[in-house]
Amino acid sequence: MNMAYRPVVSPKRPVAGISQDTVTDNRRTIQRIERRGFLRGSLSLGALTLLCGCDVSNDRSVQSALLAMSRWNDRVQAFLFNPKRMAPTYTDAQVRKPPRFNAFYSIDDVKPVDITTWKLELAGLIADKRPWTLDAINALPQVTQITRHICVEGWDYIGKWSGVSLGTFLQRIGADTTAKFVGFKCYDGYSGSIDMPTALHPQTQLTTRYADEVLPDAYGFPLRLRVATKLGFKMPKWITALEVTNLNPGGYWEDRGYNWFTGI
Amino acid sequence: MRNPGLVDTRIITVHPPLVQFCHWLNVAAIFVMVGSGWHIYNNVPVIPGLTFPDWATLGGDPDLTYKLHGDVGFGNALLWHFAAMWLLVFNGLIYVVHGFVSGRFRRKLLPISVHGVVRDVRDALTFKLSHDDISVYNSVQKVLYVGILGVLGLIVLSGLAVWKPVQFQTLAALLGGFQGARLVHFLCMSAIVLFVIVHVTLALLVPSTLVAMLTGRARVPVAAAPAPPAQPIRPTAEQ
Repeated sequence: MNMAYRPVVSPKRPVAGISQDTVTDNRRTIQRIERRGFLRGSLSLGALTLLCGCDVSNDRSVQSALLAMSRWNDRVQAFLFNPKRMAPTYTDAQVRKPPRFNAFYSIDDVKPVDITTWKLELAGLIADKRPWTLDAINALPQVTQITRHICVEGWDYIGKWSGVSLGTFLQRIGADTTAKFVGFKCYDGYSGSIDMPTALHPQTQLTTRYADEVLPDAYGFPLRLRVATKLGFKMPKWITALEVTNLNPGGYWEDRGYNWFTGI
Repeated sequence: MRNPGLVDTRIITVHPPLVQFCHWLNVAAIFVMVGSGWHIYNNVPVIPGLTFPDWATLGGDPDLTYKLHGDVGFGNALLWHFAAMWLLVFNGLIYVVHGFVSGRFRRKLLPISVHGVVRDVRDALTFKLSHDDISVYNSVQKVLYVGILGVLGLIVLSGLAVWKPVQFQTLAALLGGFQGARLVHFLCMSAIVLFVIVHVTLALLVPSTLVAMLTGRARVPVAAAPAPPAQPIRPTAEQ
């Protein structure tokens, strides 16, 4: 069967009334023009992404648009965060020993904290800002969790963390828990901050022990943060100072474009 | 009288403007999601040893990005991924709602029969599959289009589980936990990339399909197209 379709216009085609064709043709033309504008808009968006090899990511306006989206995602995540939802817990047998090392430098470059001079300094919207020693922190009611630690890079492990609940600690020092942020500064220059609802979550903890042992030097001794509802980079280690504030303190990776809320 | 041997054809709308718009926006969304996803993936490959070349990823040149932001582009890739996900999801929702409400899905993608698929696969492999009327999908197309819609749904769900494995822990558990969800997410990406390769290749082999998605229109045999509504007879002066 010959199926070669192509436009066939019979020379005998009757010519219809004048107005009908003209109106139809014009309408189509107008529609086509509109459609082309539409397509041009969508194609130029596509063309933008084709430039990725030429580093559209580092274009200033693209960066600010991406960061604006990240701020929007902060709000969405704060909305999705359910303060009553607990992260799943696991058994002692599943705990990874030792935990996995991670910092913005290698394990050989860890500078151990000298515990004889170490103190946890307090700042911001806190009634009692006297610094804390490790012994004093250990004298507070202790909690333990066996939960999954997930890194922004994609790896994970199950760990067992013990220490004082951050919520308990904030109440003990008379922190203004209506403030928005809790910020941390670290011995190695790292820093971080979390939202108050997460700070008050029962599985958010100022950690002093891992797998029933005092935190090893490489894993944050003497004090690290453990948050079961956030990715790993939101949990500073080797903490030296805690601040309660209404001004977002940002953080080491957060200031380098990582999403601030980063809840899981 | 028509020339014998030539079949009468007419131009019809095969893709309404909304479908064209969603299609091309989706191209952009998939492009950004896959490019940035590969960058994120490269940090800790789901399949050990399998990484994607830097030039094919989105997130910026590692050296330049490190100089500008103190990060090799991983942070940027995450920003792209979590920005474009909204485009993918909302554009997809508009398309799917339109597909159901307008009856386009039912009309174009159903019915699918095993017999039809076997027949069309055989015809396709022996180059006998007809592409005369591109407004009507063959069984292989139907299966691929329904399949890719399912895969897109699953990649969004697995992405949600990877993003929020605690808040959506039931969903994450259904997908095999955090790493299980990562694997599902990766497999869905692979299926999408494979689909894109096949889809683009076939569109280039039958260019009228590409033109149809760009203009919305295609020339089809008259017999195959629904008959145009009868022209109302104009009232004449004799009344």
